This record gives sequence, C-alpha cells and structure tokens, in this order.
Amino acid sequence: MNFESELKKGNFLISECIHCKIIVWPPSEFCNQCLNENSWRKCSRKGKIIEFSKQKETYFCVAEFEKSIKIMGEIVSGEPKIAGQIYIVDCGIVNENYFLKMRVLE
Amino acid sequence: MSKVAIVGYGLTKFSKDDFKIESVLINATKNLFDSTSNLNQKDIDAVLVSTNNNSKYLSAILSEMMGIQPKIAHSVESLCNSGTNSIVAAYSYIVSGLAELVLISGAEKYDSPGQILEWDKLRGQFKHPIFWASIFSKSYKRKYSITDEDIALVSVKNHKQSKNNPNAFSQISVSVNDVLNSKKLTDDLRLLDCSRPCTGGASILLASENIYKKFTDDPIWITGIGQKTTSASFTKNLAFHTMESTKQAALSAFQMSKQNPNNIDVVEVHDAFSVCEPMALDSIGFTKLGEGMKMVKEVYLTENSKINPRGGLIGSGHPLGATGIAQTIEITQQLQSKAGKRQVDNANVGLIHNMSAAATSSTVLVLEN
Ligand SMILES: [Zn+2]
Repeated sequence: MNFESELKKGNFLISECIHCKIIVWPPSEFCNQCLNENSWRKCSRKGKIIEFSKQKETYFCVAEFEKSIKIMGEIVSGEPKIAGQIYIVDCGIVNENYFLKMRVLE
Repeated sequence: MSKVAIVGYGLTKFSKDDFKIESVLINATKNLFDSTSNLNQKDIDAVLVSTNNNSKYLSAILSEMMGIQPKIAHSVESLCNSGTNSIVAAYSYIVSGLAELVLISGAEKYDSPGQILEWDKLRGQFKHPIFWASIFSKSYKRKYSITDEDIALVSVKNHKQSKNNPNAFSQISVSVNDVLNSKKLTDDLRLLDCSRPCTGGASILLASENIYKKFTDDPIWITGIGQKTTSASFTKNLAFHTMESTKQAALSAFQMSKQNPNNIDVVEVHDAFSVCEPMALDSIGFTKLGEGMKMVKEVYLTENSKINPRGGLIGSGHPLGATGIAQTIEITQQLQSKAGKRQVDNANVGLIHNMSAAATSSTVLVLEN
C-alpha cells in the first residue's frame, strides 16, 4: 500500500475519496462509503492531543490530525496538555509497527 | 418467535496451567454432561467452539471426543466477546429451526494470541491492551473527576467476590492500597487494575422450548440480545470515557426483552480493566454517565454482590473465548438460586455485558427465570 511505503520513508499520508470528499481512515486503497479508489496526499504534521498517559519516562497519546483522523504515538519533547498542539517530527515502521514521534508545540 | 433456554453448563478452574486447548474444551464439556440429566450425545444438533486459539477444526475435534456427530459444527472468533457471539449464533440456529439443542464450548490458554490485535496499526507501538486501558482510565478520571483510589475499589470488590468462586483464578483479598502500590504499568494503570490472561473453559447447553424439559426443571430463558460493532481500530472510538457499542447493544437487548436497567437484579460486566466496570455500568444505563463509580461504591459498602458476583474478569481471570460463556453461566446460576455463597437475593432478571478490543464491539444479553 502507498501508505506504508511512504511511511517507511518518513512521509505521513492520508487516503481521501474525491467523490465523497472524506478522509478514509485507517488508510485504505478504497473508500469505505462509495468503494471507489482513494487518492493519497500528505497529512498535515500539526495535530492536537486528544488524550495521553505515560509509561516510565515516555508520554504516549492519541493525536488527531486534520480534525478527523486519530492515531497513537509517542511525545518526544514537551509537556502534553489535552487539546494541546503537537507536531510530527518523525514517523516510520519498526518491527511491522507504525511509529509516530511528536513534539509539543508551545 | 420461539424461545431459547439454557439447560446445562460446565466449567473448568481458571489457572495458569499449560493444558492443550482440546483438553480444556473436553474437560468443560465433560463437566456439562456430568451435571445435566438425560443428556444423550444423539440429542445435540450443533457444536460451536469459541476461542482465539490458533488450533483448527476444534468443534469437530470436540464432537468426536465427546461422541457427538452434529449437523452443524464450527468455531466462532471475535476476540474477547467470542463467547457471547457463539451464544448468539446458537440462539439463531435454534430460533431458525436448524437446531433444537446446541452445545457451546469456549476455551483459551494463558498465552492466547487474542490478547493483541496485530491488525490495529493505528495504535502505533502501543498495541498491548494496557495502553488503551490507560487512555480509557485517564479520560474517564478527567471527565468525571474520579481518582485512582476510587477506581481501585473495583479491583478490591472483584477480588473479594472471587474468593467465593472456586473456579476463579484469584483467591486473594486486596486492599485499595495494595492496588495502588501494585506494579505501575503506566501512570494510569496498576497491575491489580488488570484482568489476567489464563487457561480456562466454559461450556453451555441451549435448547428450544420443544425439548428443554427433558434436561431441566429450572430453565433460564434468553429474552434479550443486543450486539453492536462500531469499528475495529481502538482510535476510532468516538470518545474514550464511554462505550458507544455497549450503549447501542444494551438498548437493543432492553428493547427485545422489554426490560430496563431498573429491573436487572444481577449483572456481569466486562471488567477487563477496573475502569471498564464503571464505564460499562454508565453505558448500559444503570446510572447517569459518570456515576458508575458511585454505584460500585454503594454495592461494596452494603456488601451487595450484584455486580460481578463471580469476581468479574479481574477476580476470575480472563480466558478470552471462555469469558462470555462463564459470565452467562454465572447469571444462569444466580437466576436458578444455585450460586451458593455468591447468591444474590431475589434474582429473577440478569444481564451479561461482554466486549472486545477496547469496546469496539459489545454484546449484551438479558436472561430471565
Ligand atoms: Zn467515496
């Protein structure tokens, strides 16, 4: 899938249906409403923290992008706040898992 | 619509034992045969197995080992609510007329592959259930001004209640401090907030109204069924302080049974983690949103065991494919006044809540005597 090959290069894409004008998430070749083929574009790297917690010294969160899609990742710098802004500094795939590293925007 | 009765059941002890999955299924089913009168293998039209185990053809294997040649035999998998999904499938076979008597057996091993949903890549590296549980817990606490001390009471209550359940994994008492001082998995989750994966089996026998009398004088009727799957991905939940699939499943089950939360005398809710108990009580409609902890506190202080009398998943252990069936057996025993030390007074209507993968799918059943 486009999404994973681009994610491996550090690009965070989203799939979008031009017919339904919706972002289809999780990323998919097809729109889950009209079942037409999706198109791909870069996702905004700026997002918002929906919820977070902490394991040892690592903050993890559910972040929302483009006011629509949610994904979990790690906060690598800054103190998270609910609804606070974050920025994706790195993303990719390791051990078949996606990873997303974000910093808090002050 | 024709009626469906629960007419027999059998359980194994929930443990960390390394038994073969086939042995667990067979042992639970042997216990069902031993405790059900007049049951002949020839009576059984369908055999369903619910598990996340990777072994194949388990319903045929169980049938052969028990001397059954069923018309219908297959497995049912839906992660943690596999058990109630198999009950719903069995119900449908009976109501459709394809079967009169269905044997269901659920089993799991302590190292079940059903604990982690590999497909859900949107969880990033945070795939283990402790991470969604931490997000739920944080969110619920923040939204409703609830503390870790408050939530710890769920674990205290369910450990206490499991001491009256001889099949339970846990036989120890814990205090609020024990919970708070147990291993910190994340800032929002301690080890004693978690149900534990274990090895265990549960078998149940469902019959049509034409034949139930042959097996029992104490039938328990399945009068309400509600199911809803909202997504598979954890992050697709609309909110993390409430269970949307549970709300919708409960509405359907109440509508079908013509019951309402006020009429429920005893309930098994899916406390995979301690926060799930108050969240489920809210979402089913026993309380206003955010007041589930008040209800837990109240029953605890009055020594009323109507919520998770067998100890829930936290006290009993959580052998995924067996859990929904074990919950249903508990409510059955309660409504038959056969729950021994766990018996709740005047139990006539009961409810089971069983869910999967961070509440992305829920089943709610209503049973009546
Ligand atoms: Zn579309």
